Amino acid sequence: MKSLATHISEVPASRAFRPALMLLPWLVCLAIALIVWFIAPHIVDDYWVNVLRRIGIFIIAAVSLNIVNGYTGQFSMGHAGFMAIGAYIGAGVTYYGSLLIHGSTNDPAFYTQGTLLMLGGILAAGCVAAGAGLLVGLPSLRLRGDYLAIVTLGFGEIIRVLLELTSTQIYDAKEVTAKALLKFPLNGPVGFERIPGYASLFWIYLFAAITCLIAYRVKMSSSGRAFLSIREDEIAARSMGINLTKYKVRAFVLAAFFGGVAGALYAHTGVNPSPTDAGFARSFEIIIMVVLGGLGSISGSILAAIILVAMPEALRDLQQYRLIVYALLLIAMMLLRPQGLFGVKEVWDLFRKRTTKKDNDPHGPARFASSTGVPGGAP
Amino acid sequence: MSNFLLDAQNIGISFGGLKAVQNFSMQIPKGDLFGLIGPNGAGKTTAFNLLTGVYKSQTGTVHLDGVRIDELKPHEIAKAGLSRTFQNIRLMGELSVLDNVRLASHLRGHHSIWRTILRTPRFIAQEVAMERRAMDLLAIMGMDHLRDEQAKNLSYGDQRRLEICRALATEPKVLLLDEPAAGMNPSEKKTLAKSIRAICDDFKLTILLIEHDMGLVMDICEKITVLDYGQTIAFGTPAEIQKNPKVIEAYLGEAVPQEGAATP
Repeated sequence: MKSLATHISEVPASRAFRPALMLLPWLVCLAIALIVWFIAPHIVDDYWVNVLRRIGIFIIAAVSLNIVNGYTGQFSMGHAGFMAIGAYIGAGVTYYGSLLIHGSTNDPAFYTQGTLLMLGGILAAGCVAAGAGLLVGLPSLRLRGDYLAIVTLGFGEIIRVLLELTSTQIYDAKEVTAKALLKFPLNGPVGFERIPGYASLFWIYLFAAITCLIAYRVKMSSSGRAFLSIREDEIAARSMGINLTKYKVRAFVLAAFFGGVAGALYAHTGVNPSPTDAGFARSFEIIIMVVLGGLGSISGSILAAIILVAMPEALRDLQQYRLIVYALLLIAMMLLRPQGLFGVKEVWDLFRKRTTKKDNDPHGPARFASSTGVPGGAP
Repeated sequence: MSNFLLDAQNIGISFGGLKAVQNFSMQIPKGDLFGLIGPNGAGKTTAFNLLTGVYKSQTGTVHLDGVRIDELKPHEIAKAGLSRTFQNIRLMGELSVLDNVRLASHLRGHHSIWRTILRTPRFIAQEVAMERRAMDLLAIMGMDHLRDEQAKNLSYGDQRRLEICRALATEPKVLLLDEPAAGMNPSEKKTLAKSIRAICDDFKLTILLIEHDMGLVMDICEKITVLDYGQTIAFGTPAEIQKNPKVIEAYLGEAVPQEGAATP
């Protein structure tokens, strides 16, 4: 007789510890990044390399937003806010880091050694954005649906306005003290200028692959099931012992972290991050990717990010009509597949043969009805 | 503390002027199968919602195995060992049958985000254990062949049984079943009644059952509480309940001799 009392937590680790196997997926991420980095410049011109960089950044943004909007079912419209925070923090770390190392912006070596600074900036950006995610996640516990959407929309706008109001005074090395930095000299509406494009295809696709790996692992875990159960039915979820507070906040923090990473990478692609990047237009762009790809589908988000970034570029030949065509294509896609490209499934689910056959006769008798063991027979 | 596993004393709630449940008390000893019946709108489900923390009781106390639970949140009550099914089925429709059961083992595990991201051996062991347990439970209910089916595609009876499976996966001390036989045909009901009785006996599980089908309740329950207009009007063995004039009046509106009231 099976007992109900086998506690999950008491089951000993049955598998031997195999570090090589644990490292493998991360090495695959590295390999993807290297492949894109080496091959892409040989196939496409510089213009499309830049498009590829944007695609990578939007993959990170869409996959991370999918954790909140897709898995957990909380409609967040402020993802661009997290990205903008990440962009400014990332750019700030590179700028002030360089300033501290070289002493002056006029130093010819200023901004070299940028890759390490960029990585530090990405980490800092992710952490600050995650903190902001915590702030937004907390009110989400009391709000649902449209109301939450409005709060997160407001959050994005607050970030935009705050960035516009930051001190425009960029300091010299001598003036960069802890006290001066507390004034948030992020150069307000102008942003940091001429930050070199350290975010090469390698770094962007490394982070994109890692984001996807983590998003996938979260989805296929007990935490992921907790997220999904909140989306499906909050009342049932909490009756089954899911701590709604904990998991909603966890989803927001995770998503915000990678949103910040995406923003920091964006700041290092040779653009000037500006406060309008925090606006709702950018947020909508990412939401469209998530919805189009399918709420909850990682591969859907990736594909949608690729399509939606590349399509306007590919349609450039149509000149002034391209946005109309773009909009029509979007409408057509949503009409044909309202659940998104893949629904909640992943792309490989569509090809996998179904292991179980749906039999038409009513379910077999329950175990206690028959004297023999388990009916149904499927292993 | 008392000898009862579930001990509710004088709990109640009113919605505005409506006294949905008043002075509801119930003591269930360990291992017993109790029934809760009453006409439509009597407050049975509200009583369940009070016990499981969906509504906060405005009066009284609830103790589970000596621990006071009426001040806890629903997920903490579930962790304390009170699990339930829902009258209007609340499955995670988009998720597979297996995932529905697995997610209910959630509260007995540890779910660090770092372990999840790094897939440590402990994380993998926990996932394997969760899946194995879920499959065991599905096998017990005869549903293991449906493991990859989406819950929303199941037949009505299977959905009901999946809900019981999911509730069992939380490793409860007390299981609350809210009309598990609703919408089932007579033969399905009979099978279900046997399953419930068997779960109660084999797992030494304590069960509280809401049911409209008098036959089912009378067959398998040891003691029955009858609610009407939010008040407990009777408590006793099925035989006593069938003869109780107050119960007959509640169901039929007037005192009628004989025991016809019990089988609508």
